[in-house]
Amino acid sequence: MLKQTEGSRAVAEAVALSRPDVICAYPISPQTHIVEALGELVKDGSLAPCEFVNVESEFAAMSVAIGASAAGARAYTATASQGLLFMAEAVYNASGLGLPIVMTVANRAIGAPINIWNDHSDSMSQRDCGWIQLFAETNQEALDLHIQAFKIAEEMSLPVMVCMDGFILTHAYERVDMPTQAQVDAFLPPYVPRQVLDPAEPVSIGAMVGPEAFTEVRYLAHARQMRALERIPQIAAEFKAQFGRDSGGLLHCYRCEDAHTIVVALGSVLGTIKDTVDAMRDEGERIGVLGITSFRPFPLAAVREALVHAERVVVLEKSFSVGLGGILANDVRMAMSGTRRNGYTVIAGLGGRAITQASLQRIFTEAIADTLEPLTFLDMDWKVVERQLERERSGERTGPAAESMLRDVGTVASRVS
Amino acid sequence: MFQIRIHGRGGQGVVTGAEMLSIAAFEQGRHAQAFPSFGSERTGAPVVAFCRIADREIRLREPVMAPDALIIQDPTLLHQVDVFQGLQPEGYVLINSTRSFDELGVGEFAQRFRRERLCNVPASEIAQRHVGRPLPNAALLGGFAAISGLITLDAVAHAIRDKFAGKVAEGNVAAATEAFDYVTREMEELSHAQAD
Repeated sequence: MLKQTEGSRAVAEAVALSRPDVICAYPISPQTHIVEALGELVKDGSLAPCEFVNVESEFAAMSVAIGASAAGARAYTATASQGLLFMAEAVYNASGLGLPIVMTVANRAIGAPINIWNDHSDSMSQRDCGWIQLFAETNQEALDLHIQAFKIAEEMSLPVMVCMDGFILTHAYERVDMPTQAQVDAFLPPYVPRQVLDPAEPVSIGAMVGPEAFTEVRYLAHARQMRALERIPQIAAEFKAQFGRDSGGLLHCYRCEDAHTIVVALGSVLGTIKDTVDAMRDEGERIGVLGITSFRPFPLAAVREALVHAERVVVLEKSFSVGLGGILANDVRMAMSGTRRNGYTVIAGLGGRAITQASLQRIFTEAIADTLEPLTFLDMDWKVVERQLERERSGERTGPAAESMLRDVGTVASRVS
Repeated sequence: MFQIRIHGRGGQGVVTGAEMLSIAAFEQGRHAQAFPSFGSERTGAPVVAFCRIADREIRLREPVMAPDALIIQDPTLLHQVDVFQGLQPEGYVLINSTRSFDELGVGEFAQRFRRERLCNVPASEIAQRHVGRPLPNAALLGGFAAISGLITLDAVAHAIRDKFAGKVAEGNVAAATEAFDYVTREMEELSHAQAD
């Protein structure tokens, strides 16, 4: 049924339709509306017999999800930013133990300095944790990915993180097509755990593994993710057969067929990029977009195939590896290794900076002219940076950098854009 | 695509106003996207929310920088925030105030725009009467339906009932209706004055 609703609400309803047994979460913006809505659904009895567990921290949230999943329950949680970092140890345990937990990450920057706005730093910090990471472009896709995530997780015996842009998607009202319970039931079978903690048949989960088998256990996790590379597109096809929508899969190409320039990105910024590409196509530029849905496992072969006919690749990402540059860009470069083409990394939207069509068009035009720097920061205010560098060169006690730069800029969030 | 920007203060229902506007447009079969500017969720702080309405899927996620319409929920913002930033020459402006554009100190500015697309409506006073609190968002949507014709009063009422229930919903529907009638009257008077 078509409805106009908030992204968080849509995701909460999709999770509810997936019949979870245990939901545990600790509130943190911008994820809060999702678990609040689920809490209401549990309280009014419409999710019975699902149990909602209030926990004292994100670490406890993931620990409860691990316990619930190991006891054979379909477990769900959600977090963001600092919350994801606080649960990090348990995040690795969930994947190491092969427990099919589904977690929403409402992507948000990581401090310091304190910043509650959107970028991809949080989920990128966990990119090597062994979870499958799927990125949603729209609220419809976020909703659809959650239903697919339970199926992928339980088939692979691996946890799945569904990443959706905090605020930009979670707090946006837009049209979504909400499936029926019967449709979801037909797509998503009840959870049959591969391993279960049962007092009647005691087993240990999470044994100590020494050097004699640790590499093999880790390789098995990799092998499962490689198997997921095959299953994720198949499950997306099954989803399409049931629900009629192209959601999920490994990646999506847009106007790439004859493109000389292809822009690669994750998440909701793909919409603004597509509008920009349409405008540039109208002016005769041969430019396309590659949206990556499955960031882990990373579809090296599919990315290579999508990009191999382009002359240049622009990776635009909302994440930044300090001391290196792009994170997604690095993975894309690995997919393209051995081929010679111009590659550009554009860091954009950090800490919630708006990514505008005007700025994108300017940067893509520079890329097409091959005048773009290999590593570029979209709409960087160089004057503010230079002033701070100058202060620091003076050698005096210059005080905290962020506060000094803030004084140069003005107050927080004082602009419309 | 038609783009609306709503300016107000934390606690005035700015974000809810944009959300209801998107629901009203959806109700009329349009595509709509509503989202807040984030971070200033403090009572009394300047808040901005956005709404886009179109006949096809809306993919653009940037803030609304060149609005086709402005709804100003708190006139004290006029001289504090650059609320008119990027307003299109053919744009609509609806201000929650009992005072005229001249009295608000923006008369000269208003001359650059089409007079029949600018209007004041005492939305806080109307809301106080019908809802018991000076929350102007729903009344302003009624006024916006009248001045722009972009959405119907029925769709606004539907959106209000989607977000609220019971007495609160009906009070807000009554406020939106009164604001709709008020703006309609203002427009008629202006049109007579222009004809004379």
